[in-house]
Amino acid sequence: MLLVAQLINGLQLGSIYALIALGYSMVYGIVKLLNFAHGDIIMVGGYIALFSLTFGQHPLLAAALTVAGCTVLAIVIEKLAYTPLRFAPRLSLLITAIGVSILLQNLAQYFFSASGRSFPGHLMIPHGSVSLGGVMVSYTSVITIVTSLVSMAALTMLVKHTKLGKAMRAVSEDQDAARLMGVNVNSVITFTFAVGAALAGIGALLYSVRFPLIFPTVGAMLGLKAFVAAVFGGIGSIPGAMLGGYAIGLLEVLVTAVGLSRWVDGVVFMVLICVLMVRPTGIMGRNMMEKV
Amino acid sequence: MKEFTISTPARYVMNTVLVLMFLFIGNHITQSGILLRSQYALLIQIGFFIILAVSLNLVTGYLGQLPLGHAGFMAVGAYAGALFWRAHLLPPTLSIIVGLIVAGVVAAIFGVLIGVPALRLRGDYLAIITLGFGEIIRVMLTNLDSITYGARGLLNIPRYSSFLIVYACVVITCTVIHMLMKSRHGRAILSIRENEIAAESCGIKTTYYKVLAFAVSAFFAGVAGALFAGNQGLLVPSDFDFMTSINILMIVVLGGLGSMFGSVVAAAVLTFLPFMLQPLADYRMIIYSLMLIIVMIFKPSGLLGSYEFSLSRIIEKVVNKALSLRGGAAKGGR
Repeated sequence: MLLVAQLINGLQLGSIYALIALGYSMVYGIVKLLNFAHGDIIMVGGYIALFSLTFGQHPLLAAALTVAGCTVLAIVIEKLAYTPLRFAPRLSLLITAIGVSILLQNLAQYFFSASGRSFPGHLMIPHGSVSLGGVMVSYTSVITIVTSLVSMAALTMLVKHTKLGKAMRAVSEDQDAARLMGVNVNSVITFTFAVGAALAGIGALLYSVRFPLIFPTVGAMLGLKAFVAAVFGGIGSIPGAMLGGYAIGLLEVLVTAVGLSRWVDGVVFMVLICVLMVRPTGIMGRNMMEKV
Repeated sequence: MKEFTISTPARYVMNTVLVLMFLFIGNHITQSGILLRSQYALLIQIGFFIILAVSLNLVTGYLGQLPLGHAGFMAVGAYAGALFWRAHLLPPTLSIIVGLIVAGVVAAIFGVLIGVPALRLRGDYLAIITLGFGEIIRVMLTNLDSITYGARGLLNIPRYSSFLIVYACVVITCTVIHMLMKSRHGRAILSIRENEIAAESCGIKTTYYKVLAFAVSAFFAGVAGALFAGNQGLLVPSDFDFMTSINILMIVVLGGLGSMFGSVVAAAVLTFLPFMLQPLADYRMIIYSLMLIIVMIFKPSGLLGSYEFSLSRIIEKVVNKALSLRGGAAKGGR
């Protein structure tokens, strides 16, 4: 029973990682950028959720505001900071992303102070639990897992079965060829950032309910873990990001359950390294052929 | 007309004189006590950031790989050096030198251990795996309480990092890496950056040179770590987190990839800037990050690109210009 409870716990954490990892993975797939600012978008989402919950007291309103806020923020960042660097060396783009990340953290520190604020999670998802086959599962776990599954299903539908999704896949395959076929590459890239940020907004809500303390650097480690999840599954691949998210979440919970909580970060990275040694592009990543 | 050139031995003499001159001026200033304590600390800090940036530039700028775990090597060196110094095995002067070498060698061993598996991967995956190793080193330092005193911090490290020591290390680092890059090994490293497959088909042992560059880079990062320890007097594992690696990478990219002079200037500027912005304490990091983004947008290749400063080249240029002017005037007069 304890094991089952821990597994559900791990699945809950994993769903959050998966949602965030998708943002990393999609952006990487399309512009080959490790978007370091992604974790900080989650932080901003957490603050938006916090304030809208305190003032509006309505969970759905708060959720809508958070997702919208994250999306707008990501579009603004993409237009101002990343678009001018579309043809610059990739390392410059990476440094810009890091710059944006530091900027967001320090803006948050300036406006909301460095100390943490507790998140009224019970306003978002009420306390309580349901019994599933003899195991008590909290509402939070159920809602987190279901929400993330629904979002991921919606994303898969979007990418696989819509025209925009086809355009996204085309741009990630070959930008120039896609442009020649009449795809508006710039707007597709912006749209990808927006979708990633919307998922991050949902992730921010679920994460804040699970760990109800928000501070300006909350996104840094969370972002790093989600990023590891994306690489673990094979960066650029959507099912890979989901798989990686669940794997990292379960791993973390199980390592903690065994009593090695201080080694969690080390174990996560160790497993990542072992996976990359055996499969250099992650579990579901495509093998890249070397061209001469 | 024969071009005026400065012979190689003369160049070495010139550079040696310059180095000694800077040493003399620097030593005079630091000894005279004009500097406040914080300014002196800043000077030392610029010193080890120069070492870190120049050593990372070897891998990022010249070899063309992107490691994100430089702080890990720095951490290994810092702890190795600090533990050696704390043991007080040798008289101080000797202890400083041996300690720095121990720090470098231990870090270089880690560099090889990490480099061999990591360098099988390419591009972003290399970045991620080095990031992972850096984090693992930090977690280990936090948890190996009996050796490192974990998060409580390693205390009572002798403060050996004087201006002289740091200056000597900076000069040695720059000289060694400069000489390495001018040798055939350096050209092999550059060829890997330009085109790995072509380099391999020309008979260059790419894995060997990659590991070599990685190890040299780690060695100097370790030395810088020991200097850091000798400056702070205490070490906590969180000094060496992911953001430290990123800060070093920022210096390298901002200075210009593959430009040693750029790394040196950027290390000085980026260390000095937050210090100068101190009166604006609240906005300090906001301004700093905005400047970073703006520089990247308007000058993606870094402030100095791949420009290298060379005094002898400038002298040659000026003399040649003067000669050609005089030659032209003489011709016109006839």
